[in-house]
Amino acid sequence: MKKKSFFAALSFAAVLTFSLTAFAGTMLNGAGASFPYPVYSAWGYTYNKATGLKLNYQSIGSGGGQRQIMNRTVDFGASDAPLNPDKLEKENLLQFPAVIGGVVPVVNIPGIKAGELKLDPETLTRIFLGEIISWDDEKVKALNPTLRLPSKKITVVHRSDGSGTTAIFTTYLSQVSIEWKEKVGAGKAVRWPVGIGGKGNEGVANYVKRVRYSIGYVEFAYAKQNKLTYTLLKNAAWNFVKPSFESFQDAAASGNFDPEKDFYLWLVNSPGKNSWPISGATFILLAKEKNASNVKVVKFFDWAFNNGNEIARKLTYVPLPDSLKDSIRNYWKAQGIY
Amino acid sequence: MPVLFKKNAGDRIFSLVTAVSSLSVLALIAGILWVLLAESSPAIEKFGFFRFITSTDWNPVTESFGAATNLFGTAVTTVLSLLIAVPVAIGIAIFITEVAPHYLKGPIGVAIELLAAIPSIIYGMWGLFTLVPIMSHYVEPALQNTIGKLPFIGILFKGTPMGIDLLTASVILSIMIIPFTASIARDAFNLTPAVMKESAYALGATKWEAIKNIVFSYSKLGVFGGIVLSLGRALGETMAIAFVLGNNHRITSSLLDAAATITVTLANEFTEADTDIYLSSLFYLALILFVLSFITLAIAKLFLLKAERRYSR
Repeated sequence: MKKKSFFAALSFAAVLTFSLTAFAGTMLNGAGASFPYPVYSAWGYTYNKATGLKLNYQSIGSGGGQRQIMNRTVDFGASDAPLNPDKLEKENLLQFPAVIGGVVPVVNIPGIKAGELKLDPETLTRIFLGEIISWDDEKVKALNPTLRLPSKKITVVHRSDGSGTTAIFTTYLSQVSIEWKEKVGAGKAVRWPVGIGGKGNEGVANYVKRVRYSIGYVEFAYAKQNKLTYTLLKNAAWNFVKPSFESFQDAAASGNFDPEKDFYLWLVNSPGKNSWPISGATFILLAKEKNASNVKVVKFFDWAFNNGNEIARKLTYVPLPDSLKDSIRNYWKAQGIY
Repeated sequence: MPVLFKKNAGDRIFSLVTAVSSLSVLALIAGILWVLLAESSPAIEKFGFFRFITSTDWNPVTESFGAATNLFGTAVTTVLSLLIAVPVAIGIAIFITEVAPHYLKGPIGVAIELLAAIPSIIYGMWGLFTLVPIMSHYVEPALQNTIGKLPFIGILFKGTPMGIDLLTASVILSIMIIPFTASIARDAFNLTPAVMKESAYALGATKWEAIKNIVFSYSKLGVFGGIVLSLGRALGETMAIAFVLGNNHRITSSLLDAAATITVTLANEFTEADTDIYLSSLFYLALILFVLSFITLAIAKLFLLKAERRYSR
């Protein structure tokens, strides 16, 4: 008997402490994608100093973030891949983008510097399909008449772990190439026709740095911070563009983010003149029925949209364009949480 | 449990606490097994057992999964790492127990045990940044130019030496399991009765003959148990090789190709597995690994128990 009452007291205490932390209203709990983790925690830190509200963000991966919000164990989930409106409807979720990122092809060809090599959708796809096997292939040469391209075998480097970066990259390849779509498809992990796998951005970057005549793809922020040899890409408007804050923002501004579809959009192959073609937004997921906590989450992101651009830029994240921010605020208003 | 019925309250509480602690371990194992079974049941239903372990397809996009490539990688890295580690470990154990002068035994023993204390993620980082370049620049080209030229065996060393492959992973694994094999082998060697060794020397046996005929035959079972224990560890090792194996779901004939093991696949793909059948297939892999490790541990225990019984007689 004594033992029973002891356990009862223990569980009561546990429930009490849990509910105290949960309802004290000083904590926002989020979980999900690892890509935006640095910027969310930097925003959270500054927001905490400004308002006293604390953000607790666990970077457990996009898949985990989706599962956590579907199980309603967090105030918001974060995912690099958008959920489609049907899925959102089924799980009773809201969705909006928070920050822009993108994927950059990086190469290691001795003598070729960052921004010199030009690729178009066809050559990029064929290299990753293993159909273009040498750097002096006619198609690559035609795009780069002034470069001295070596007759060396191309080594393809891809991610070995499931990742949002791979999802954006393969979605792009699937959109520009029917062959890629049929043979490989798009996803966080795919069955790669050729190449070696590196774990994380650092794994891919490390292999590309060390293996001569290789090509890989990494997150824009990672490529920029580590000064990797990026390539130029031909976008949907037939311009060769360089990966930069401007070309990503251009992609975001010309992308058709539709509030009616909960902003479901893969931001690849954007039509803008200067758009970087392999971009992507990272998304926030909210439980529709949890109004009280949603208001707090929205307040935080509204604050971040107003005050967080500099922080984001410093960490090499691309802030959303103003037009998109307004559209998101209207979306919140329509849901009665703003 | 006669103590349980004693009247002394302190004794009863004490024995109850110890009983609960040890039973909780059993409950935990049963719980883990149950979760693995429950979570993997969609994949078991969809793919079945034989189809799952024989299919080389691992395609998250079409949601078609098979374990063959993972089993292949696990088998190759485990066997290869044992091939490298066991001779070295037994050499170390012989040196410590029979050959080394007294003042060296302590330091070497400690150094070996320190190897075992290094967290596996550190082996992984060290492997990626240090061992991979060494393998790809020196070791693998050298192998290709020597045994790579031989017929039949040469197939094992085909391809561009990239350092991200089965061979590098096996080398890292072998470094990780050497301390285990060595310390168990050392303990087994130490069990040899001194009288027997002294008699051998008295009969004019050399050191090598004494070790070969007396020490080895006494410690066979113990050493074998140690090897199987290391095999169990090699089976489950994850972070050390996740960085250097590439996670390529392919069965290759060359040791210089990237591959995937069960553990590496789990570590690489678990967080981003978004569809139900994908996640379930990963749980299915985990279940297979659980059963495999369980069986190896059971075999190891069997050998070690047998060895113990023989010497206690």
